[in-house]
Amino acid sequence: MTAAVSLQKVSRHFGLVKAMDEVDLEIVPGEFFAMLGPSGSGKTTCLRLIAGFDQPSSGHIEIFGETAEGVPPYRRNVNTVFQDYALFPHLNVIQNVAFSLMLKKVAKAERLKQAAAALETVKLGGYGERRPGQLSGGQRQRVALARAIVNRPKVLLLDEPLGALDLKLRESMQEELKALQKSLGITFIFVTHDQGEALSMADRVAVFNDGKVQQIGTPEEIYKRPQSRFVADFVGSSNVLAPDFVQSILGVRRWASLRPEAIHVMAAGTSASRMTGTIVTRSYLGAVVRLLIDLNGTSLHASVPSSEAVPGEGEKVTLGFAKDAIHLMENEK
Amino acid sequence: MSAEAAILPGRGGLFGGLSDTFWRRPKLFVFLLLLPAALWLGIVYLGSLFALLLQSFFHIDDFSGLVVHEFTLKTYAELFKPQNFDIIVRTASMAAMVTIASAIVAVPIAYVAARYAKRRWKALFYLAVMLPLWSSYLVKVYAWKLVLAKEGIITWVFEQLHISPALDAILAIPVIGGNSLSFSFIGTFLVFLYIWLPYMILPIQAAVERVPVNLIDASADLGAHPLATFRHVIFPLALPGIVAGSIFTFSLTLGDYIIPQIVGNGRLFIGQVVYTQQGTAGNIPLAAAFTVVPIVIMGLYLWGARRMGAFDAL
Repeated sequence: MTAAVSLQKVSRHFGLVKAMDEVDLEIVPGEFFAMLGPSGSGKTTCLRLIAGFDQPSSGHIEIFGETAEGVPPYRRNVNTVFQDYALFPHLNVIQNVAFSLMLKKVAKAERLKQAAAALETVKLGGYGERRPGQLSGGQRQRVALARAIVNRPKVLLLDEPLGALDLKLRESMQEELKALQKSLGITFIFVTHDQGEALSMADRVAVFNDGKVQQIGTPEEIYKRPQSRFVADFVGSSNVLAPDFVQSILGVRRWASLRPEAIHVMAAGTSASRMTGTIVTRSYLGAVVRLLIDLNGTSLHASVPSSEAVPGEGEKVTLGFAKDAIHLMENEK
Repeated sequence: MSAEAAILPGRGGLFGGLSDTFWRRPKLFVFLLLLPAALWLGIVYLGSLFALLLQSFFHIDDFSGLVVHEFTLKTYAELFKPQNFDIIVRTASMAAMVTIASAIVAVPIAYVAARYAKRRWKALFYLAVMLPLWSSYLVKVYAWKLVLAKEGIITWVFEQLHISPALDAILAIPVIGGNSLSFSFIGTFLVFLYIWLPYMILPIQAAVERVPVNLIDASADLGAHPLATFRHVIFPLALPGIVAGSIFTFSLTLGDYIIPQIVGNGRLFIGQVVYTQQGTAGNIPLAAAFTVVPIVIMGLYLWGARRMGAFDAL
């Protein structure tokens, strides 16, 4: 099967800065693909190359098997939802949504009908006459989405589309986006710096750092089996264990990761475990309590269900975890 | 032991007291900020303008040549006499042509300056646009008279290129042609265009600069090729700038009385009539009535621009 989008050794350099450095990606048709990374990691540059706003310095890009280099954005069957929505301020909502249909010279009655249907899909029926300036952030976001899907593109690119929304709205939009993607069957490529968002929404995630793809996999693979210290740290807020520490437990000198919820925290002296430490900070997060524990100079994060009795700051505790909870990493970085 | 810092230290002094008062009463501060401009525009400028307009409702006694201070529309009726109406039509069409031509010349350069020029190029752009404004208006107009004269460089260039007949053909066109460019309507037009062009470029540049780049990306993303993006996104968003610029070029051309006096075929413009009527002819009511014409035209123009949605993107 042809990939929806395929990047082969794609680099984009801005002067001496390598925004993207030999990136390889294969995005399957119909999947919800997330590009996750901190700001400046190259994920947005990657999106702009797929949309056609920018051209690669080297490498090869294919969209459904067709070469994309040198093809301007207006001749790509790819649409984008922009980070700050980029709605046209001089047009009302329905004109914004119908913009691409107007360019295709679809008859006026027909394009208004299709635009109204797209607005209906994003639950904004009846808002057509308003100006973008009269809408809330969440509503603008929906208009941007309707404008991008009205054309039924093969690939929909979303550049941190939920970044400007407040938490509650963001969570409900995450679910809606996922449902929309399922019902439309369009390939979604979603850029975000929010690991929770990427893990909860995507079928597969690519983690970017320093212009390189660090790891590609399902959310579960990325979370449970990070291949590098960066992924462990950025995605799971996992504990990264230094080789010395790992050697003292498993006898191998390797970097490893350990998820906070895999650590059992017990009151000192109630277990045979040799590992005793002191609680440095204790943060109540609702369902869980997050603890920072000092273990003879090694800092470990543990998260404990808040339904259990959780010791307070300064108290001595004994730690325990299964040996196979320690995940050895392939990559030393 | 050192003294503890006060929690609410007083500033004291005249300025301390003043700034505290302003902080507590922001409206007083706003009032004081507006006062100089309000005095100047409200009393000195608007006041004298209304005094002038009042004159237009008087008329001059044909026999004695004295102003009769009675309300009448007789002076306005005079504007519609063929010889006066011609002047109005001539001036308004010149202003319209100068405005359209400056918009056509200004949009591309303003677009390049706003979109592509960075740092030094941008400084160079501002310098190039503003530099002509630093030198005397009269010097520039007289320089143009030399450029456009029969012995001037334009005639010379046409001769060197062996296309003098083309120039002669243009000058042979009735009404807009003449003996030479410097004695023709075309010449007047060219000088107006040069003199007022900066006032068109700067507002358009400011308007284009405010168009977010991602709107242009979005337009392309939705399938618009560059020309369609210009037509459907950049032009509508730059329109308030174009209207602002056209207010300058249009009203400045309507009111000018020096350029047509130096470069042109001797046919009168509104400004020249106002100048002669209130000066040598001593017919202040007619001069005042002529002054009302540009104000009415500008009013209609702005009303029309607003109706057509030129300010919707503001």
